[in-house]
Amino acid sequence: MSHSQKVASWYEASARTRVRLLLDPESFVEFIGPELRETSPHLRLFDLPEQFDDGIVVGHGQLDGSPVFVAAQEGRFMGGAFGEVHGAKLTGILRAARDLKSVPVLILFDTGGVRLQEANAGELAIAEIMRAVIEARTAGVKVVGLIGGRSGCYGGGGLIAGCCSALAVSEQGRIAVSGPEVIETNRGVEEFDSRDHALVWRTMGGKHRRLLGGAEFFVDDTVQDFRDAALALLASVAPFTVATLRAEQERLEDRLRRFGGCRDAVEIWAAQGVPDARSIPAMPADAFIAIADKLSRSRRDAR
Amino acid sequence: MTTRQHARATRDTRTAAGIPLAKGKIVEARDATRLLEAVIRPGDRVCLEGDNQKQADLLSSALLAVDSRKISGLHMVQSGIVLPEHLDLFDRGIAKKLDFAYSGPQSTRIASMLFGGKIELGAVHTYLELFARYFIDLTPNVALIAAETADRDGNLYTGPNTEDTPTVVEATAFKDGIVIAQVNEIVDKVPRVDIPGDRVQFVVAAGRPFFVEPLFTRDPASITEPQILTAMLAIKGIYEPYGVQRLNHGIGFNTAAIELLLPTYGERLGLKGKVASRFALNPHPTLIPAIESGWVEQIHSFGSEVGMEDYIRARSDVFFTGPDGSLRSNRAFCQVAGLYACDMFIGSTLQIDLQGNSSTVTTSRIAGFGGAPNMGADARGRRHPSAPWLQAGREADPDGSALLRRGRKLVVQIGETFGDANAPLFVEKLDALALAEKLNLALAPVMIYGDDVTHIVTEEGVANLLLCRDADEREQAIRGVAGYTDVGRARDARTIQRLRERGVIRRPEDLGIDPLDADRGMLAARSIKDLVHWSGGLYAPPSQFRNW
Amino acid sequence: MEDLSFRHSTPRRAGGSRPMAIIGVVASGNLEVLAERVLADTDCLLEIKTAAPGFGEVWKAVVTDFVDRHSPGGIRFSVNDGGARPDVVSLRLAQAARLMSEDDR
Repeated sequence: MSHSQKVASWYEASARTRVRLLLDPESFVEFIGPELRETSPHLRLFDLPEQFDDGIVVGHGQLDGSPVFVAAQEGRFMGGAFGEVHGAKLTGILRAARDLKSVPVLILFDTGGVRLQEANAGELAIAEIMRAVIEARTAGVKVVGLIGGRSGCYGGGGLIAGCCSALAVSEQGRIAVSGPEVIETNRGVEEFDSRDHALVWRTMGGKHRRLLGGAEFFVDDTVQDFRDAALALLASVAPFTVATLRAEQERLEDRLRRFGGCRDAVEIWAAQGVPDARSIPAMPADAFIAIADKLSRSRRDAR
Repeated sequence: MTTRQHARATRDTRTAAGIPLAKGKIVEARDATRLLEAVIRPGDRVCLEGDNQKQADLLSSALLAVDSRKISGLHMVQSGIVLPEHLDLFDRGIAKKLDFAYSGPQSTRIASMLFGGKIELGAVHTYLELFARYFIDLTPNVALIAAETADRDGNLYTGPNTEDTPTVVEATAFKDGIVIAQVNEIVDKVPRVDIPGDRVQFVVAAGRPFFVEPLFTRDPASITEPQILTAMLAIKGIYEPYGVQRLNHGIGFNTAAIELLLPTYGERLGLKGKVASRFALNPHPTLIPAIESGWVEQIHSFGSEVGMEDYIRARSDVFFTGPDGSLRSNRAFCQVAGLYACDMFIGSTLQIDLQGNSSTVTTSRIAGFGGAPNMGADARGRRHPSAPWLQAGREADPDGSALLRRGRKLVVQIGETFGDANAPLFVEKLDALALAEKLNLALAPVMIYGDDVTHIVTEEGVANLLLCRDADEREQAIRGVAGYTDVGRARDARTIQRLRERGVIRRPEDLGIDPLDADRGMLAARSIKDLVHWSGGLYAPPSQFRNW
Repeated sequence: MEDLSFRHSTPRRAGGSRPMAIIGVVASGNLEVLAERVLADTDCLLEIKTAAPGFGEVWKAVVTDFVDRHSPGGIRFSVNDGGARPDVVSLRLAQAARLMSEDDR
């Protein structure tokens, strides 16, 4: 990888650029590429423009010489939201992996959730994708999520991410189901002020997810770091068994027991033993990773 | 022999009327309205501080709550119409007449109130003009100002956001007016004395900070490739050939892009130390990388910027600070600095016509002038020479006699050919003219006049109006950088070609710039977080700019 | 939405051997350009679906200048536009032309 690729920002890059720089050079073969013009059958009705790939790039490539399937959402097209075709492409690649059994899947999440204009088809697709992830994992396929884009990983995307074998997240990444504005609208600004970005990031952002155990790896915002994380996670993810699910259930129950009474993430971090919990948000990536690793080696046997 | 000391007597009477509400000079916040009713008379000229950034918001609310049978018909003289309360005063009949300079957030409402006859307009001014008139014919009877802290003698600390206050108080206090200050809190000793207590009659303890908004923070994440291209064109096509050391940047994404390209593109061109070392400028966070990279010697500021306080303290070699270490800003002096001690102004606008006149006025918004016309004008009273000034003078008048040929200030308008909502930057006729007709104004509200503009920079290239020999060449030079707007598409191709050969129009390729190279990787900082890193953690951005 | 189509003849075939390239994203103020080398050497076609109707004359001028400058003979350009300004359109078309001028791997 060239120097500029090493420092290339994941956050700034388009889905296509992420795929191109993440994988081994020139190894990517796209399925259902833009020239096939498989666009949304619904957007025209709303007088909205389409994108040739319906906002997701799927295909096959090599990561450090080994085959992988890749699906990358374009967070700037309709907020990376799931529509009928978009969802079907991800379902298809997961089912291909399930049938092949030997090739892992990398999902580059960048989504606000379901596309409202295609709500029924979108929600259905999300359900199919969750089932497809589980079926693939049951067949022995590793499904790793990479999260660090403009739209975060919200709504159905958050649910799908929760079904993955492992996740790597950067500081810009956020993982949740309900978004900040939805929480504020439903619960009031005193409960959650969506314009208080520091609060949003403490609650849903990459650093908190790492410390809470919702993501296995925290990475700096570079393609190189996401690539290294993907390789490390693919090498270390445990098999998907009933024991894995039991361990995950236990992890979640334990988490709720320990932190269910906390009002803010800073309390959780302090309770975890983080020295000077308030300094976490401003902390540079390498210092944060060192602290997170010291506190809890990520649990490979859960999920 | 009649006495000519009525004003002193009146001031003393008014002060006496307020004394029962005060302990010494200190008045409780809940008594503010009654204080104003005691001290203000109908028809008074009142300056309600109304700066570009800070607002005396408690005193605004207090004034709005006065009994309009007791206080009415006030003549408001203030820089900024910023808070809704500033216009509510007119709705309630408490205020009748207005002289101001800037109305950004209220620009739509003020337009409709002017059309509706709710406000009698004196005039729209630049900051410096309004300050000047405070001393000649718009002297306030009462000044309602904002400061951070006060001691019991009324000495005030105005802190980083000192802005207009010294000027307002100078005019009011020394012409027998009443000065009332709202402060965040009363302290035993102020960190430094910005306003001496003998100029202040009353101090209202607000118990909370005065209103102030971050107006000069531009998120690098929002800077687009065309803005980077225009910034490269400005640096290569103007900063470099004229060797501009002393300058003012108007606020906007185009100038933010220039600031972020100095440590990268500017460095690549070998320009450090040769350009952009001394600024009349608010503390733009986007200038942090250039400061940290050693580009900037000195900055004087009109006001402050929320979040920059600690950074400024730590960089007192660059900024103006008091003995207490915090920033001391001063709008009046910074405006003068921009006018007489800077060789270039560069800023953006909403509309430019075929003579080069520019305006930010549309038929539904009146934003006022602020300080741009002071910055963006040739200062004909200037006498000291500098290299860029003399070079521009030579270009404007190549045949003139050198010893009698004044220089010219570089006045640069920069922007993309299509602006927000794809509205064209270039128009045949400014909306400002239609507004002047509608409101029966003596003059159309032009921000910068065509005969002051020296260069226009768009993504299409740089037009040097100094080199134009007549009005027709000037018009074609403007059309030549107007891109695909109607104005641009009506260009005369042959004239444009000739102008390009003479260097009047220079396209990116004439300056060795490939538009495809204008990418965000060139910015020294691409996010607010990057700026925080550059500042070593000293810059503390307000919440709305964070994404961590 | 508005659909526009422009056909041009070019003096030369576009250089390079890449069969296809895609650049850009469909979002407010942005556009995607799909370039396919599928036409005769001196033919050029630009088909545009734009979310900002009523700017046909501007598109025509931008496209004409692009074709004159780059002579992209043999290439069909398909555009999905989210209401981008003309300078962004020119930029994306130029980016697409540059990508196509590379050699196929």
